[in-house]
Order: sequence, then C-alpha cells, then structure tokens
Amino acid sequence: MDKVISIDQFIAELDSGMTIGIGGWGARRKPMDLVRAICRSSIKDLTVVSYGGPDVGLLCSEGKINKLIFGFVSLDLIPLEAHFRKARQHGSLKNISELDEGMLQWGLRAAAMRLPFLPTKIGFGTDILKHNSHIKTIVSPYEDQQELVAMPAINLDVAIIHVNQADKKGNTHIYGPDPFFDDLFARAAKKTFVSTEQIVRTEDLGGTEKAIFNRFERNLVNGVIASPGGAHPTSCAPDYGFDLSHLKDYSSQVDNYSEYKKRFVDLEPTDYHKAVGGIDSIYSLPLPSF
Amino acid sequence: MKDFNIADICISQAAKVWAEDGEVLATGIGLIPRLAASLSKIAFNEGLMITDGETYLIDEPFPLGVERELKVEGYMSYSRVFENLWGGSRHAMVTPTQIDQFAQMNISCIGDYASPKVQLLGSRGFPGNSINHKNSVFIPAHTIKSFVEGEVDMVSSIGFKKENKHQPEIGKVVTNLGVFDFNGDNNSFRLISIHPDVDLATIEQSTGFQVDVSNYVETELPSSREIEIIDYLDPKGMRFSVFGG
Repeated sequence: MDKVISIDQFIAELDSGMTIGIGGWGARRKPMDLVRAICRSSIKDLTVVSYGGPDVGLLCSEGKINKLIFGFVSLDLIPLEAHFRKARQHGSLKNISELDEGMLQWGLRAAAMRLPFLPTKIGFGTDILKHNSHIKTIVSPYEDQQELVAMPAINLDVAIIHVNQADKKGNTHIYGPDPFFDDLFARAAKKTFVSTEQIVRTEDLGGTEKAIFNRFERNLVNGVIASPGGAHPTSCAPDYGFDLSHLKDYSSQVDNYSEYKKRFVDLEPTDYHKAVGGIDSIYSLPLPSF
Repeated sequence: MKDFNIADICISQAAKVWAEDGEVLATGIGLIPRLAASLSKIAFNEGLMITDGETYLIDEPFPLGVERELKVEGYMSYSRVFENLWGGSRHAMVTPTQIDQFAQMNISCIGDYASPKVQLLGSRGFPGNSINHKNSVFIPAHTIKSFVEGEVDMVSSIGFKKENKHQPEIGKVVTNLGVFDFNGDNNSFRLISIHPDVDLATIEQSTGFQVDVSNYVETELPSSREIEIIDYLDPKGMRFSVFGG
C-alpha cells in the first residue's frame, strides 16, 4: 500500500466547485503548501470550510472562494486577517456561512457520523440563525419538548490536513499538543489528503509510546504528500512556530497581492523555502508562548 | 493616598468576578482579563482552572512576557474547552467590540452584514459561550462606540431579550470608567462602582443606552498585596499600554 503522491497528483484530485475542509486552527498547522498549490491551479468556485487563518486569506485574495463556512478568521497574534477583511469589506465575499466555533464542529461531527444534523441549543438569541436561514430547528421528542437548533451536517468533498509525520500507508502523527478538529475534517470528507513534515517507515512512527498521536485512522487518508516546512508561515508544533514577520509582511501586502503572489505563492515548495530564507530557517522558528 | 493606575484598578476589579465561582475554567481573553484571572487564582479563588493561553491547565499562574516554567496540572485542548463549556463550568471574560442594552455582544463585523464597513473576527465561540456559561466583560475604552445605542450590528452573544427562551448569565462589566452589571430592573445596565476621578456625566455620555445609577459606590482601590501580585504577573508593565493616554 503506497498512498504517497506529488502535489500535482493532489491537484489532479480536485475539481472546481468542490467543498474543501482545511484542518488546523487560525495560524496553526495549516496545510499551506497544499493551499498555495490550489492558488496556482485553475481550480475555482470552492466552498471552503475552516477555522480560518492565512489559508482563507490567501484563497480570498486569489478569488478562489465561492462560499466560506467559518467560525472565525484570524492570525492569532495578529487578530484580524487582512486578506479576508478586504474580501468582506469590498463585497467580493458575500456568500458566507458564519457559525459558532462549536456549531462548525457539530456540523463536521454530524457528517462524520453520517447523520443529517446534530442538535444543540447554540445559536438561539444570536444573528447566526438569522444569517444562516438554511439552519432549521426541531422540537425534542422527549418530555422536555424544548426547541433545539438542528445543526446540519457539513459534508466535505475533500479535507486537507498538515501533520508532523506519516507513513506511506496514511498513518499520521500529530505531535503538536492540540490536534484541533482535524480528525473530524477527515471523517466528514469523501477524500482526505495529508501533507506531512516527514514520511517515515511504519516501524519508525514510535510504536506504543507514540500511538496516541495517531489522531485518526489511515483508511480515511487517500493521499500523503511530502511537505517539509509545509505549514509555513503557520506553526507546526513542536517542529516550528509561526513566522510572525512573514505574517506581518503578508498582511501589509493586502493591497499589493500580485507582488506577494509572485514572491511567495507562484513557487514550487523548494523555491518557496528559498524565498523565505531556507528550510532551516523555518525549522528554527521558535514556538510561540502565549 | 497612593496613586493607583487604571490598569491595576481594572485588573483588581476584574479578578473579583471569579472570587465566588469555585472550581470553574476561568478564561480571560486578552491581556487585562488574563492578568485578572491569574490574580484571581492567586488571591481570591485557588480552585480556578486557568490555561497557559494554549493547551495546558497550569497549577500556578506565571508572569507574562518573560521566560517561564510551566507548572502543568492538566490538559485543555480546544476540543476539551468545548466539552467543558457545553457543560457550563466556565466563566470567561471577553472584550466585545460592541455591547448593547440587552448585553448582546458583537465581535463579528460592523455595518452592513453583506459587505461590512469593518470585518472583525467572526462570532468565534460567543454564541455557544453565552448560552452555556457565565461571561463577564472588560472594555478598555468605554464610549458610545462600544456601548452602542439600539442593538449591536451583529448579535454574536445571546442577550436579555424578552423573546429569548434562553437567557445569558452576565457577571460584571469592568471598564476604564467603572464596574457595572446587568442586574438592574429587567436586567438593565447598572453602575455598581465608579472609578476615582470619573464623574457620572462621563459615564452617561459614554454609554449609548440608559445606565441605572441609583445605587453605586466609589471603586475600591487594589490592595498592596494585589498590586504586588500584578507586578509579579506583568513585570514588563504591558498592562499600561492597553489604556490610551
């Protein structure tokens, strides 16, 4: 069994109009090599589902997003994402489904469980329900008879996730202390593609001691892409922290995106490494402390 | 009388919101609320659970902005945060961009929703937080832009509206002008204490809705022990940059 594919083979698996879920959280462990590859491709009209960071920002500035399903878009230490803001404030991103972070999780979980929805009380009393008219309510069939929000499943065509280690069969290890909701993205998707810092032999994944870092099963994984430094400029704990100066540069070039694109997006990963100072400079980025 | 800084007054007042909570997850979002949660755990409620700002529950609050040693007591990934908050055993202190007379809060966007004048974060966890657990509020610049007339532009947090079947639980609202709550008649906004050198007119002019000022005192100044702990938690004085001027 060998699921290792190239970035080009990954792109060949995608079609315009697909719903793509992106793992990670804000400026943390985003599959940025894969996102940049999507930016370089002719794929468009995507529905993007994300706890958003620069993944969403880049896809906004590239005009790749038809619809965004999100709980937030932020660069963490830089709270507001400039590219996403611009798309919203200029009216080029009107088709959005803004959700509570937990509702987004619930939607992925419903899809993962092959259910049409999961009930919650979250959303009542807020404008989330007003701006998501597709979300309906149900009444509890039990004695309480309370009205609940029926958070619909968020079914994904494809999930993309970045991990620290993988083997060629699709066994993955996330060594960062927080696996976020990557497991649910994988379970909610028809196909999952994983970019990884390292591809190692199965016997080198660390055995019983490290098996807890295997956050979802390999049968969910359809393709493994070698991607050292592939989360840059987001963090990939414990391998590297986020590149704050790059993120500042990225933010400041929001009105000069074609220049940023030329310098950092229209490049294959090896050239991208050179453009940001070399792969060693990525691996030397300190882990942030909050 | 010793001259106290507004940052220390706010941190001291904010810390007291968790004093009677027992063992809950105390989440202070932003510098002042975070310092306040740390102060509270040291000075008022050792039962509080607080995180390192990322993934671990820490046994002892640590100073910000300097080398630190984590004394970990537990694990609090985002998944665990949701599990905890859905169970209701959390009290967060948040800083919305807008808050209104119903305690509805907005961190999503300002202006027309389709094409906002200012796009902010999105509603994050506010809808779920506000319907599941107690929230307090810290506002560093109390103005009619933050305490808005009418209703907030995008309701991220459930408020005290009559038609709501669920109601929020609001602790205190700490600002640069005073300490408030929503425990007036019909959950109206009420002044509890006014900070030194602030007058009532300023509070009323800075709030876009009615403030119940029928019963208030002057804000108690932080004790010398509290100041000592705040200095320990924020040795670089980052807290002073939060307040303009």
